[in-house]
Parts: sequence; C-alpha cells; structure tokens
Amino acid sequence: MAENLNDKSPAGIPTVIADSVDIVYRVNGTGAGRGTATAALNRMLRGKKVEKAAGVRKVHAVKKVSFVAYKGEAIGLIGTNGSGKSTLLKAVAGLLPVENGHIYTDGQPSLLGVNAALMGDLTGERNVYLGGLAMGMSREEIKERYEDIVDFSGINEKGDFITLPMRTYSSGMGARLRFSIAAAKDHDVLLIDEALATGDRSFQRRSEERIRELRKHAGTVFLVSHNNKSIRDTCDRVLWLERGELRMDGPTEDVLKEYEAFTGDKKPKPAAKPPAPARTAEQPKAAVSS
Amino acid sequence: MSQVLHTPPPTPAPAPADDDLAALAARHGLSVSGARPTLGEYIGQLWARRHFITAFATAKLTAQYSQAKLGQVWQVMTPLLNAAVYYFIFGVLLGTKQHVPDYIPFLVTGVFIWTFTQSSIMAGTRAISGNLGLVRALHFPRAALPISFAIQQLQQLLFSMAALVVILLCFGVPLAPSWLLAIPVLVLQFTFNAGVSMVMARLGAKTPDIAQLMPFVLRTWMYVSGVMWSIDKLTKKDHLPHLVTIALETNPAAVYIDLMRYALIDSFHASQLPPHVWAAAAGWALITGVGGFIYFWKAEETYGRG
Repeated sequence: MAENLNDKSPAGIPTVIADSVDIVYRVNGTGAGRGTATAALNRMLRGKKVEKAAGVRKVHAVKKVSFVAYKGEAIGLIGTNGSGKSTLLKAVAGLLPVENGHIYTDGQPSLLGVNAALMGDLTGERNVYLGGLAMGMSREEIKERYEDIVDFSGINEKGDFITLPMRTYSSGMGARLRFSIAAAKDHDVLLIDEALATGDRSFQRRSEERIRELRKHAGTVFLVSHNNKSIRDTCDRVLWLERGELRMDGPTEDVLKEYEAFTGDKKPKPAAKPPAPARTAEQPKAAVSS
Repeated sequence: MSQVLHTPPPTPAPAPADDDLAALAARHGLSVSGARPTLGEYIGQLWARRHFITAFATAKLTAQYSQAKLGQVWQVMTPLLNAAVYYFIFGVLLGTKQHVPDYIPFLVTGVFIWTFTQSSIMAGTRAISGNLGLVRALHFPRAALPISFAIQQLQQLLFSMAALVVILLCFGVPLAPSWLLAIPVLVLQFTFNAGVSMVMARLGAKTPDIAQLMPFVLRTWMYVSGVMWSIDKLTKKDHLPHLVTIALETNPAAVYIDLMRYALIDSFHASQLPPHVWAAAAGWALITGVGGFIYFWKAEETYGRG
C-alpha cells in the first residue's frame, strides 16, 4: 500500500523518507529585548519559559514536510529565497536536528561541499588531501584520484597554481577546486546545493556532466537550484517549497510550469502588477513566531 | 512579493499517513538521519577518521604562521618570548630565582608545560562554536575537532620541547636517562588535556560566552599551579590549612609540571614532588579522558544547532 503512494513505485526501494518534518531555528538576542544586557540577564534567570519575553525568536523554517525518495531518482528542490530548501537539505544530511517528525535514510546522505574544511593559507595540493579526508576518503583513495581532481578543476591550465596557497586563487579558481574536491567521492544519497553556478561556462558544462555521472553511481540525488534550466536538465521530479511548506511534488515539467507562473518568469498573467495591499506586501517570507 | 496574490490555491502534496511512512522506513531498513551512534560505533567512526584528525591538526598548525615573514620560526620563538617575559618579572624583579636552583630551566619547563594545557583548553572551548561551518557542512564524529585541536597543541609543544632541550643543555643541565620519563608524562598530560577540551567543547557549543570567561579562569589556575614558583616551598612551611595543601598538590597542572621538571632537571629532586604523584597523574588522565569523551558523546547529535 505504501509503495503505490508514488507513481515511481516500479523503482520500489525508498532511500530517503521524510515523515511530517518540522525544523525550527532559535535565534538569541532579537525581538523586543534586542540583545540588551537586561534582556540577556532576564533570559538566563528565568529560563526557557520566557523565551518570548527575553528576545529568543523562533524561526519555523520547514513545516510538516513529507515525501518519499526512491533509488535512481534525481529530485530538484525549488522555491523562492528563504523558503527552507537548504534547511531541508541539511536536515536530510543529518546536520540539523528536526523539531518534530522523522527523516529516515538509507546509509549516510552527503552534502556536496567541503568549503568549510579547506584553509586558504594552505596550498591547493594540501587542501585536496584535507578536503578528501574530511569527506571520509582514505589517503590511498585520494592519491589515486589526485590527478583527476586537479585536471578536472583546470587549476593547472594556466601554470602551476596547485602548489600556491589557496588564498592567492581568484574566486572562480577557488570555487572550481572546491567543486572538484567535493565531486571526487561517490555517494549513496547525494545532496547538492547550488553547485552548478560556479566557474566559467566551460567549467559549468563539465560540472553538469560530472553530476550526471555521480547520479549514475549514487542512489538518489537532490539538487537545490534557482536555475530552472539546470533543474530541467538533471531532475525528473521536483519538490516545491514555499514558506517552509511543501507546495507541490511531482514530475519536473508540471511543477516548474506552476512555479514559473508563480514567480512570473514566463507567461505573466494579465493582471500581473496591481498595487499590492500593504498587509500582504509586508508579510515576511519565513513564518516567524516570536 | 505582489505575485503572492495571484498564485493558484496551494496544491499540497498528498501526505501519506504517519505510521505508513514509519512502517515503510522500517520495512526497508532505513535509519533515522542524524541520530546519535552508540559509544562503540562512535569510537569506530572516530578511528576511521584518524587521518583526518591528524591532517586537520597539522594543517591548522602550518596555517597559523604562514602569513608571517619568519614563518615556522615563530613556533619556537613564541614560547621562548613567553619564558623571557616571565623570567624578567618573576626571576629578576621579584627575585624568586634566589630560592630555586636552576631557575631558568625550572621556569621555562613550567611555562611550556602549562601553555600546553592552557592552549588545549582554550582551543577546545572554541572547537565546536568556532567551527560551525565545518560542523554544519560535513558529517564526521564531532569529537574529531577537540581531539584534533589537542593534537595541534601537542605538535606545538614538541617544537617548544626542542627549544627546551637546547636551553637545558646551555644552562648545564646534564642529559640523563630520567629524560625518558618525559614521554609517559606527555602521554598522560595529553589525555588529560583532550578530556578537558571535550568537556569545554560541549559547554562552549551550548554557551559560547564561556570562551570570554576562560582566560580569567585559566590565569588564576596558572598562578596556583607553581609555574614560576616552587609549590613544595609553600606546602612545606606548615602554615597552610591541610585542605589547601592537598588542593595545591593534586592540582593536575601542578602534577604534570612537577613531573616534567623531575624528569628533565637534575637539581629538582624526588623529595620536591607531591606524594603519590604518578597515581595522581594517571588518575587525572583516566578520569578526564574517559569522562570527557563520554560527556562529549552524549550531546553528539545537538552540535551545530542554532
């Protein structure tokens, strides 16, 4: 019974299951007290019950999202800025705790990204090793793939840059090396957050190719992007999040059509721009309850 | 935001009933994402990441002085300058050196060994709160961070020890077999440091304000640990309450400092060591090492939140 909830049932094997997931951020020092000493003192003395009074704000970033992802699927996550896409991705990766509900996964989903592990003061070469180790590769694996990583990044096309500290790289070069390191590992469930936007045109083409390759090895790929074209090129199913809620879940074309109508990308509706009443215009994107 | 007005009514995805999803997950053997592993699994994961832990420590150490003109020379220069400042104040101005034979070796050993503990704890306090980017981006057992920082400080200390050997020989302290005792002392002190770092890392992750408080705690701790004066001179005068004497003598920092002096300096005799000093050194290492690790693991799944 559960298998036929989704028309992908022939594939059959679920890899990620989100079961009415809620994610809430707590931010200190905002709201009425706005980080004054008295507000902080109040917070310490009176504990959690006065979170509201003492200026702890809760940001409800993802609300009651449920979906089942199957092996072999490439799923796009779309939505306007601040709709909770990246937050949801991090929760699937197990990097953010959920407030309510559960996320079940097959193996360890990995976020494509090693930026935080790399150090600008070290040479590109040492960063390749450091990044690889941080992702859980062994030294031998990295040694084996080292040439591929450097060639793919194209860092050495304009001279021997890989032996220079990364802080001396241009931003494009740095982004290319980071992507190359991150993409060097095969994953069961791969989560990609806007990675396709890096580098020049020829590097973007190579990246898209590499992602398709990764998808072949990976069980399931999730892709967050604002680029509808790269979603169309890589994904066969799309989840649309808006204000933390799952607004649509279905085949890429169907969802993107609705989404484009929503954002006004294509085929703007006749009465597209009447002055919006102030009340609606001021509504915050992420639901904030203080 | 005007387009909000013209959207078609939301078409929520058909959300299956909760127990269906949980049952589906159970049937296919899926596990809850981000759940805390058992202690055994955790140690296994940590062991699997051992190369990352050491590589991260070495990378941090190398990156530290890579912008300085003198580069890695600062690894040795910084502890030496520190020792020079303390020598000027406590040796020359306050005249402690008349009471202690081989005062410079005595002082420099104290400063280096103390700095090892101090900087491990400071780095541990910021291990999670200062590396949230890393914690939020990649999956690895979080204990890798405080341990890695403790290893970085150990590497730093090994540079200092090389300088220390030169200083000792210059001041006519003879090379002796007892120098080998430095190795077990360092192992025990490292375990102690790593344990405290893990406790502080958990506290610092929950309350980053602790990092502001720690310098004061650590400075007080330094002054009572006999870094620039000899504790046995004070405890043998008999005018202190018994409890204070015991506290001074079992203070882990003082224990490790005195043991290292005993190992390296020939004029520092066994009679100057507090009673049961090896038991105290091993006990502190065991209790904080194991306790700190378990305490840190208990909050594993909460690191990186909010």
